[in-house]
Amino acid sequence: MPRRQFLLLLLPAALFFSAFFLLPMARLFFIGASGESGWLAYLAIVTDANYFRALWTTLAVAAVTTVLTLAISSIAGVFLERHRFPGRAALVAAMTLPLAFPGVVVGFMVIMLAGRQGIIGEVFTMFGGERPIFAYSLAGLCMGYVYFSIPRTILTIMAAAEKLDPRLEEAARSFGATPWQVVRDVILPGLRPALISAGAICFATAVGAFGTAFTLATRIEVLPMVIYTEFTMSANIAMAAALSFSLGAVAWLALAVARSASGSTVAAAG
Amino acid sequence: MQHGRFLYGLQFAFTIAVCAFLVVPVVMSILAGLTVNYFVGLESGLTLRWVLEVWDGYRDTLFLSLGLALACLVLTLLLGVPLAYLLARSRGRLARAIEELLMLPVAVPGLATALGLIVAYGGLAGFRTSAAFILVGHVLFTLPFMVRSVLAVLSVIDLPTLEEGAASLGAGFAQRFRDIVLPNCRNGILAGALMVVTLSMGEFNMTWLLHTPFTKTLPVGLADAYASLRLEIGSAYTLIFFLLITPLLLALQALARPRRTVFAERDSSAENDS
Repeated sequence: MPRRQFLLLLLPAALFFSAFFLLPMARLFFIGASGESGWLAYLAIVTDANYFRALWTTLAVAAVTTVLTLAISSIAGVFLERHRFPGRAALVAAMTLPLAFPGVVVGFMVIMLAGRQGIIGEVFTMFGGERPIFAYSLAGLCMGYVYFSIPRTILTIMAAAEKLDPRLEEAARSFGATPWQVVRDVILPGLRPALISAGAICFATAVGAFGTAFTLATRIEVLPMVIYTEFTMSANIAMAAALSFSLGAVAWLALAVARSASGSTVAAAG
Repeated sequence: MQHGRFLYGLQFAFTIAVCAFLVVPVVMSILAGLTVNYFVGLESGLTLRWVLEVWDGYRDTLFLSLGLALACLVLTLLLGVPLAYLLARSRGRLARAIEELLMLPVAVPGLATALGLIVAYGGLAGFRTSAAFILVGHVLFTLPFMVRSVLAVLSVIDLPTLEEGAASLGAGFAQRFRDIVLPNCRNGILAGALMVVTLSMGEFNMTWLLHTPFTKTLPVGLADAYASLRLEIGSAYTLIFFLLITPLLLALQALARPRRTVFAERDSSAENDS
């Protein structure tokens, strides 16, 4: 392609992107160092006990979310890909419908499940138990992220399971492998690239998402909430900026690791 | 065989349970939005009162979100389609770098992007308080989806040969773009457009920081309602959101379904991973 044409086509997007992303991000980077502690603000995430604890909470929530989502979606996804039964298409459609629910709506779904009038509480009291209300805790937040991530992950797993060679499993079985051995030694290795890429998206989303935590409670001390509080309540823009970069780096790193380990990844957090 | 049956049943039950986990809260919230008093239960009767109340109080958020989504679509088309074409034609290192860079607003948490926009442009009062401020954020976030979607379609067809053929018959660049490139990436544009509109309608992470009391979008209004109004109103509001978003999601599903690439006589439809 001629060079002039190349530049002409690139120009509109490049201008927009530079003006509204690169420039603001560069500005934010310097503002991060404009507080009392200067450039050391960028280390605050590990040196300040409160921020460090928030970082660990965030990473732990993201890790638990990822493991749960992958486990649940693998079982359901492989099952849905392998078996044909009446109503299967409707089931798949229903399970992938929440794909683009924004985080706030997901938070509300968690309240519907585990809030003060939630269905889980209803079921427990029906059997004479005590009403568990965990929507407004870390467990509720985890549940929300799992809810958000299942539809996307199931789609990825189903696409990967379609490409698995059933003959490998038959061969393993004919050599006397138990179902569990088939899963561990044949199916899971075959799903590995899909698991890595879906897991990374799941992790990155759980690290950076804000809407669900915002809906559930302000008491949940995960990093996005801490940044929001620094920015609005304490008007500490410098610290909010520095922490945002740390948060962005963690999310970006998770995706970069996954991309080098497998194909492409696209995350969409609402 | 008995063992296989048992395993099948177990997996089936598990899958149904996962589906219930995803669907039951949706149904509950729809019912809650139509119930006179959710605490009492369905016995209190059904009503449209809450939906009407939301319509009266929050109609503007709905129209703003629709307007933003459409404006976002126009901008991502104008910026994204030429860019996708460019990336499809030149698969060099520069193209890879551009693609990578473009993904950053999706990888970086929306909170950070929004803070960046605020520190850079928050001083321009006219811009800060207008809906265009939110629009910019939405375009940053959705542009990669449009580009990827179009790129996925363009990279499976032999664009250089087609264009060369047209050029040898005397077609100029503009004519080739209009008659060859655009018709060929129709499916990609459609999938990208649906994705862009759906994502823009639901965007909250950035919008919460970018909005002002006069530029409240639907998700912002939802967050407000969840925090301060009774459960029935929050539910009715969510119901309205579902009504808007479900057709888009169903269309996306329908578009993504033909997974095996089918080569028809004329045009080939490409696999889409979104």
